[in-house]
Amino acid sequence: MEPITRFEGLAAPLALDNVDTDQIIPARFLRKPRDADYQRWLFHDLRFAPDGSPLPGFVLNRPPFDAATILVAGRNFGVGSSREAAVYALQAFGIRAVIAESFGDIHYSNALKNGLLPIRLPPERVRALREAAEGGGLRLTVDLERCVVASPDGAEDPFAVPAFARDCLLRGLDEIGLTLTHLPEIEAFEARHAV
Amino acid sequence: MTTPRTLFDKIWDAHVVERLPDGTAILYIDRHLIHEVTTPQAFEGLRAAGRKVRRPEATLAVVDHNVPTDSTRFTGIEEPESALQVATLERNVKAFGVPYIPLDDPRQGIVHVIGPELGLSQPGMTIVCGDSHTSTHGALGALAFGIGTSEVEHVLATQTLLQKPAKNMRITVDGTLGFGCSAKDIVLAIIGRIGTAGGTGHVIEYAGEAIRALDMAGRMTVCNMSIEAGARAGMIAPDETTFAYLKGRPFAPKGEAWEKALAYWRTLPSDPGARFDREVRLDAAGIAPMVTWGTNPEAVVPITGRVPDPAEEPDPAKRAQMQRMLDYMGLAPGAPLAGTPVDVVFIGSCTNSRIEDIRAAAAVARGRRVAEGVRALVVPGSGLVKKQAEEEGLDRVLKEAGFEWREAGCSMCLGMNPDKLKPGQRCASTSNRNFEGRQGPGGRTHLLSPAMAAAAAVTGRLVDVREMAR
Repeated sequence: MEPITRFEGLAAPLALDNVDTDQIIPARFLRKPRDADYQRWLFHDLRFAPDGSPLPGFVLNRPPFDAATILVAGRNFGVGSSREAAVYALQAFGIRAVIAESFGDIHYSNALKNGLLPIRLPPERVRALREAAEGGGLRLTVDLERCVVASPDGAEDPFAVPAFARDCLLRGLDEIGLTLTHLPEIEAFEARHAV
Repeated sequence: MTTPRTLFDKIWDAHVVERLPDGTAILYIDRHLIHEVTTPQAFEGLRAAGRKVRRPEATLAVVDHNVPTDSTRFTGIEEPESALQVATLERNVKAFGVPYIPLDDPRQGIVHVIGPELGLSQPGMTIVCGDSHTSTHGALGALAFGIGTSEVEHVLATQTLLQKPAKNMRITVDGTLGFGCSAKDIVLAIIGRIGTAGGTGHVIEYAGEAIRALDMAGRMTVCNMSIEAGARAGMIAPDETTFAYLKGRPFAPKGEAWEKALAYWRTLPSDPGARFDREVRLDAAGIAPMVTWGTNPEAVVPITGRVPDPAEEPDPAKRAQMQRMLDYMGLAPGAPLAGTPVDVVFIGSCTNSRIEDIRAAAAVARGRRVAEGVRALVVPGSGLVKKQAEEEGLDRVLKEAGFEWREAGCSMCLGMNPDKLKPGQRCASTSNRNFEGRQGPGGRTHLLSPAMAAAAAVTGRLVDVREMAR
């Protein structure tokens, strides 16, 4: 994976709580290949009418938000199913970070594994950023080295990321390769752990 | 003296291969269940890196999410994308030497039904699967949780996961469950109380008299929906009910190994004085048959209740969400839930498709008829559940009442196989998620117990099953 250190991008507000992974990508699209069209399945039933036409009311269909790379959501983002496709779909659309008050546990972990940054901030800050994003001109800088989200007005919001996951992202490490360097310990464990 | 530990702490400690400096553990995984939806990229990743499956014998594959539940499954799956996903799994298990239960095997079924049924899921184990309802297996006293596809690949390659320990939460359900109520009502009441994020970051241990009194199917129903309360895992301490359930199952230990396992399993329950980060208590006697009215599982009320009125919600964000849910569900604020007409009834899913669930549905269906215009499906969780139900004559009872008797699979739980709702259809469903479009785009889901679902089928509306039995 490419190392992630710092990036800047346009923020889009998604003022919904409890956005479940069935909303992020409905199950029927879990069979789709991860090709150039994959972004189309993101928020499919919120973004498109049954006849396939884009719904103008949905934020990511409206310029400039169709070019957003940071999503500012609400509480409990990515709750529900373990589908990693929810992360693939967000990334296919171009989203690199999601800022929310809280995340579903499995989605949070899936996002980190793919370099989509799940950023937890306090409710009042999430609300403030979401409101600031509504005008369509909020460009935020996400700095993983310093673990801050920087706003154009100079405000900096610190966020926490598990140290190990952060280290892997900053260095672009392959977690499986890293775990396999502990193979002797795994083998020793298996020798004493009978199942 | 050692510090008292919880059931979760004990299983966790017994599986830590190594602790990394930030507290992340390399956690050993005893059982890895896989299915067709969340594995293609994992196998692709192994191929790209030239890696093998480290312990194929600790892995079991089955197809469940995509498969039709009518006879067309035996003549080839018609939907090309589903057929491809099934064929891809079959190619991968062959190439990597992973044991596989094919579609025409009598043991095929929903991954979370067959794990316990075959005795693969056992107390004290770590069990994972690329599916959030893996929490189901915690009913056996295991640490079982859902993982994403990257983690599936990690387990396939290393038989371990990189994990941070979760916090401990205990939910104690005291007392005795009332007539007409079941495990489904307990877990819906719990989610209604703590909310869909109530268990985030925690493993929930369910305890108390009402939990102890549940059979294994009921315990699996409760643990299954832990994820709907935000918890990645739910668990119940193993006891005589657990041991009696496991004994003699194909993969359960036998003879001396059984005695040895039993001695270990008896050490697993949480120690007196073990510390929980959060405690919640409920009284089972206060639980009525529950029905969801909204589009997440915390939007739930007793069947005797009413649809809440957004005008009474002070928080504007919550008020907007409630209104959105009512619009989607086509319900009026303040309307009683009972009496709401339904178009479809679905009895099945990893939450409620075991033999006990089918018996509960058949008991209500016996001697009655599915209401005019209602489509009612009963989908056993596995081929073995189906066989047993047929031996007990339950299929006949259900078919005579006008229910469709189907082949095993995930079916109408998630709208990725031919069983799905049409836009606007209202469904009384024993599954676990009432999210928008979950059972098909535009479909409206009311979650409830198997007995309540059967009652809805024969009356054509949401109804208090307790009234029907009187």
